[in-house]
Amino acid sequence: MQDLAMYILEILMNSIHANSKLIKLLISFITKDDEVKIIIEDNGKGMDEERLKTVVSPFSTSRTTRKIGLGVAFLKSLCESCEGDLVIESRVGVGTKTVATYRLSNIDTPPLGDIGEMMMFAIQANEAIDYEFDFIKDNYHFSFNTKEIREQLGGINLDNPDILLWIKDYINQEIRREDL
Amino acid sequence: MKSLADLIKLREEAQKKVDVRETNKDYRVVVGMATCGIAAGARPVLNKLVEEVSANDYSCTVTQTGCIGLCVYEPIVEVFDKDGGKTTYVHVNPEKAKEILESHIKEGKILEKYTIDAVK
Repeated sequence: MQDLAMYILEILMNSIHANSKLIKLLISFITKDDEVKIIIEDNGKGMDEERLKTVVSPFSTSRTTRKIGLGVAFLKSLCESCEGDLVIESRVGVGTKTVATYRLSNIDTPPLGDIGEMMMFAIQANEAIDYEFDFIKDNYHFSFNTKEIREQLGGINLDNPDILLWIKDYINQEIRREDL
Repeated sequence: MKSLADLIKLREEAQKKVDVRETNKDYRVVVGMATCGIAAGARPVLNKLVEEVSANDYSCTVTQTGCIGLCVYEPIVEVFDKDGGKTTYVHVNPEKAKEILESHIKEGKILEKYTIDAVK
């Protein structure tokens, strides 16, 4: 995994395949707390306790639950190597919440990567899912909500190629501002 | 600068395109976007496909799928035609993806040299 966007996309894909209707994503970088926090919360089918146990373990996941695969294990490994932690809460029929934290100043933290492209791929994977994406960097807060985008678009689907490219560029423009 | 106001313009353009051509596209272009595909370089391929389809208004949809089961041949792009025919392109990179669209989608000619049959 080269960058944070790829780690997060893996988790988003899990949420997408869990039949979620809404996925909330928070990426925050807080310098004074020396903390990076990523929260992915979905309202998909969720996991029971047995399954939840195997999800966190990197060696039993890929065989027992094909839908989870290595994504969770990779993210857990990232958190642990950067003095952080990965916590997953899940309830069957309610959804799953994945909280990853690690130290901002740790030398092993990955670069951010292409977050706009990541969101574009997630949206394209299943157009019907809505996203509430928040990006926080100290005092800066950017929010992206697909419901608002849909209102502007009338009946045009989000997976229209022109719209997808706009979403990618818009998100990257807002989170890569020079004043950050 | 991109702003939310752009969406109104994009909406109008999208509606025009829908009016010009019926929504039934001739082809469906599918990219393997499982971990194996992504690790092999499917992200820039999918990116290129979306950009080219947007720029040239090709008669196809671009979608994703999970692991196709041929991880060694990733990145894989499958092209489905209206009759259900399937062509599997393997070891695709952004340049090949562009060529595939130009040949297969625009001119209806299968690009044999990039298909799985050519490498097997």
